[in-house]
Amino acid sequence: MRDIHEHTAGEDLIIKTSVRLMVPFIQVFGLYVIVHGHYSPGGGFQGGVILGASFILLALAFGMKTSQEYMTVSANAVLNNLGPAIFIGVGVLCTLFGGLFLDYSALDKLIPLGPVEWRSFGIFLIEVGVGVAVMSIMVLLYWNLSSGGAMDEGL
Amino acid sequence: MTILSVLAIILILSGLFFFLAGTIGLLRLPDFYSRLHAAGKCDSLAAVLMIAGMAAYNLESFSVGALLVSAKLFLIAAFVFVTSPTATHAITEAALVLGVKPWKRTRGRQAGGKRS
Repeated sequence: MRDIHEHTAGEDLIIKTSVRLMVPFIQVFGLYVIVHGHYSPGGGFQGGVILGASFILLALAFGMKTSQEYMTVSANAVLNNLGPAIFIGVGVLCTLFGGLFLDYSALDKLIPLGPVEWRSFGIFLIEVGVGVAVMSIMVLLYWNLSSGGAMDEGL
Repeated sequence: MTILSVLAIILILSGLFFFLAGTIGLLRLPDFYSRLHAAGKCDSLAAVLMIAGMAAYNLESFSVGALLVSAKLFLIAAFVFVTSPTATHAITEAALVLGVKPWKRTRGRQAGGKRS
């Protein structure tokens, strides 16, 4: 990670060290919440918020430039559109195989897993889409709001 | 009454004691820094003690699932033990940078001093 420039509020060794310690665990926990969304409390939105919060924490402790090294602005734009594309794509794919919109059991004709398994797995695909979209939108909102739209110098 | 439930009672009661001490300090101490000092220290220790007590209570009927739940509780305790002092440090540093003055004992009937 990058070194500090000058000492202002929120930029010191204790905060940086504990953020560096916590961010990987936060991200693994966010993925866990997304993947376990249909067995336990959680889901795409909550997991996406946790993943986005890890990047926001990085931006708060190390500055916006460092967080943009880990998630670049262009990657963020791609993820912004990829999340809704997964959601809509899965829904439209169901209609193409003869079901209703988001009727996952129709996808059984694409890969024969059985309609019940496809309902469970389809919910998982939707949750991944929602998680990706929420994560990138959260990060984008923080970047824009904290820099007045310039996306260069954060808080 | 197994040894684990005795341990759980001791841990949770000591956690409650530290929460009580932290709350009294938060209400009674004179300025921002000393209040934060009371709240930050006591709350992080008390949270860890209470979570350890819950983990011990949960292990009373032993199974692999209960062991997993206790391990997750100890993970929460470890993360609280890292993040809570860091949050206190961040708030204190922000106050110091913004120029909040620490409390000094004042003589006479000036505002701020509780006695003499």
